[in-house]
Amino acid sequence: MTTSATAPVVQMRGIEIGFPGVKALDGVDFRLLPGEVHALMGENGAGKSTLIKALTGVYGLDAGTVTVRGTEVSFSGPAAAQAAGIATVYQEVNLCANLTVAENILLGREPRRLGRIDRGAVRRRAAELLARLNLAIDPDSVLGDHPLAIQQLVAIARAVDVDAVALILDEPTSSLDAGEVAELFRVVRGLRAEGVAVLFVSHFLDQVYEIADRVTILRNGRLVGEYLLAELPRLEMVAKMVGHELATLEDLDRSPSAGIHEERGAAPLLATSGLGRTGAIGPSDLTVHAGEVVGLAGLLGSGRTELARLLFGADHADSGSLEVDGRPVRMRSPLVAIGEGIAFCSEDRKGEGIVGDLTVRENIVLALQARRGWARKLPRRTADELVAKWMSALDIRPANPDALIRNLSGGNQQKCLLARWLITEPRLLILDEPTRGIDIGAKTQIQKLVAELAVGGLGVVFISAELEEVLRLSDRVAVLRDRRKVAEVPRADASLGQVMELIASGSGGHGA
Amino acid sequence: MPDSLRRFGRSPLFWPVLALAALLLLNLVLNPLFFALRVDDGHLYGSLVDVLKNGTPTALIALGMTLVVATRGIDLSVGATVAIAGSVACAWIASAPDPTSPSAAMVGAGLALGLALLLGAWNGLLVSVFGIQPIIATLVLMTAGRGLAQLVTDGQIITVANPLFGQLGGGYLLGLPLSVVLAAVVFVAVSLVARRTALGMLIQSVGINPTASRLAGVRARGIIWGVYVFAALCAGVAGLIISSNVTAADANNAGLWIELDAILAVVIGGTLLSGGRYSIGGTLVGALILQTLTTTVYTVGIPPEITLVFKAAVIIAVCLLQSEKLRARFRRRPARPVDPAPDVGGDGPVQPSMPHLTKANR
Repeated sequence: MTTSATAPVVQMRGIEIGFPGVKALDGVDFRLLPGEVHALMGENGAGKSTLIKALTGVYGLDAGTVTVRGTEVSFSGPAAAQAAGIATVYQEVNLCANLTVAENILLGREPRRLGRIDRGAVRRRAAELLARLNLAIDPDSVLGDHPLAIQQLVAIARAVDVDAVALILDEPTSSLDAGEVAELFRVVRGLRAEGVAVLFVSHFLDQVYEIADRVTILRNGRLVGEYLLAELPRLEMVAKMVGHELATLEDLDRSPSAGIHEERGAAPLLATSGLGRTGAIGPSDLTVHAGEVVGLAGLLGSGRTELARLLFGADHADSGSLEVDGRPVRMRSPLVAIGEGIAFCSEDRKGEGIVGDLTVRENIVLALQARRGWARKLPRRTADELVAKWMSALDIRPANPDALIRNLSGGNQQKCLLARWLITEPRLLILDEPTRGIDIGAKTQIQKLVAELAVGGLGVVFISAELEEVLRLSDRVAVLRDRRKVAEVPRADASLGQVMELIASGSGGHGA
Repeated sequence: MPDSLRRFGRSPLFWPVLALAALLLLNLVLNPLFFALRVDDGHLYGSLVDVLKNGTPTALIALGMTLVVATRGIDLSVGATVAIAGSVACAWIASAPDPTSPSAAMVGAGLALGLALLLGAWNGLLVSVFGIQPIIATLVLMTAGRGLAQLVTDGQIITVANPLFGQLGGGYLLGLPLSVVLAAVVFVAVSLVARRTALGMLIQSVGINPTASRLAGVRARGIIWGVYVFAALCAGVAGLIISSNVTAADANNAGLWIELDAILAVVIGGTLLSGGRYSIGGTLVGALILQTLTTTVYTVGIPPEITLVFKAAVIIAVCLLQSEKLRARFRRRPARPVDPAPDVGGDGPVQPSMPHLTKANR
């Protein structure tokens, strides 16, 4: 491992970037050392991608400095960053699928002869590069004919061709299988040996521990710290990402919510066996009883949202089965799920929840109206009564059903979405990150609501990045890691530390 | 200013209506007899009636287009559908044993509308099931459709002399042209259906956020399919009216570029091409503006070579009038708050208490 005595290739100091109403980065320091793989970790919204965009010149800085190889720089855009030796490979391969591998690698900087592209030289140059990375790819083959993993490797070859001193890999493994990841890592190790500084962003803890030497952890736009991975146990890493010191976690308030309501005699409300979808979530068993809150805990990308979407029919499972009240049901579409009394609040409030240009009233009655069909319009008076009742019950502000929902605050939008489902009187409510990005008051109201609903006999699947919240509300917690369900703990036995350990888990060699 | 008038001043219909009124006034100034109506043989005649009658096909097609646009779509194939519908009806009537019989007219028209439905279903299939971009999906039929119509007419202009068929474009009902009455009925019916059922809201919802709508259980696919079928049906009726009006089917020229007029009418009427909120009344006004404009060109005696430039200028003016940004720039004082102020403070803090909590099941 390189010592920190080596001069950093990239040094960022006191980086601040703000967007209207949010401080995305607040005084973050970051450095990349040559010949090291440096992981950047943090939950959603921690500021990882903002930091990368600050480094590659996509965003301007509000404050702070960036130094590359000792000179202070101020990039006007990604092209300038690339010219300075900072190469980026994004999650989505942005190359031309219809050109050959060689043409892609040298696109825009083809060797010329007499003003024309020297095809022979292009081929030779590309072949040399591929050989340097030890990749057996035919430079004359068409890029689009290769699987995504190979395309990604070609993108890396293209990136390092420009004399890169630093290579940024943004979630490079999210759509690769284990063998492809191994090939990618082989290439990354080769580059590290050549002295390139590699910045590796991934949600997969196992992969980070496999490839990275050093890690910088961000939380809520602030720097938590920089650590050597060899000296940072997984559990501590998770604690730092999620934001609780272990000591305080152990004695967290675990006073039971009122929701323990066991009706274990009858068939469970919902039961899955081996339910999964290739590339999204491995086969999972999950059971939810009436009146029970089941929490799904795991880091972002662990498969918690993917599992929820399968339960609701938003995505189709390609393995396993699902039963409602002991009856097998094929969740072909959300309509089927809604027909079974299942409701789902997506984590993507704006993209998959609200219908921005409709009014609060229309948004609240949407699901109920959809279930009735277009021909049987909900009578205006009934609609008004229902909307008024739920708006006051959930304290939605402004108390004006004719306001456009996009003008409401995030918390109030979330409450409208809850109201949308609650007026359909569901039996199972799936809440994916219902409290993310909303103010503390609304958050408490929603948590309280979930607990009260469960007492009333509603089954709830509760997903949140905040472990504390999951544990406080859930009767049982299913833990997911690397797109599979790894454990299930009854709340009585679950401590935050224990669940974190499961999330971080050294236990399994699987995943990756 | 009375409240209702002030509300109208804020409505999106305000500027299109004002533009239409201005155009009509311009005509009145240039031709004092423009508003004159006379009754002849129980039928109403006059320039205004002509505007209505000539604007009917565009208005009908624009109506169908409005719903398509509301779902974020567009239908370029309606002009071709016009040609196909007219061709099929006329070809059938011309080849019938008795080309003047009412039954030939009815079957011919029925066939034409049936085919129009089929073409709409094809468009809807491409867009809603196969997920092809509407502009591309309907471009297929836009280009292929006219060829289809020429196949039907064998490249000839088919003239027909069927009294019943002729009624559609030339007949009168209650003193008004039959086609105008028909279009009025369709407009009223669609407005009623959109308002009395939940269809209007669901169409808007799908247009604004298709993903969220699907996750809320809205049958987005069926709705999108439906609007393309309806648009084609409107185009079919318009095609029948057009060919009945000239008692002939011209596969090459019937409904040529009418899809663009229809889209223009929709836009002038205040429906955004980005989908969502739509205005049936606005579309009607938009179609009338376009037709009045054409009439004005004749009234004013604008030379044919600058006709299109004149039309373009008026349309740009109407569109600019509707632009919020532009109007905000010219508005010196804030005439009204941008949005109804949040109504906070009226209610005290409401303790969350949950209705229905004990009712677990439906």
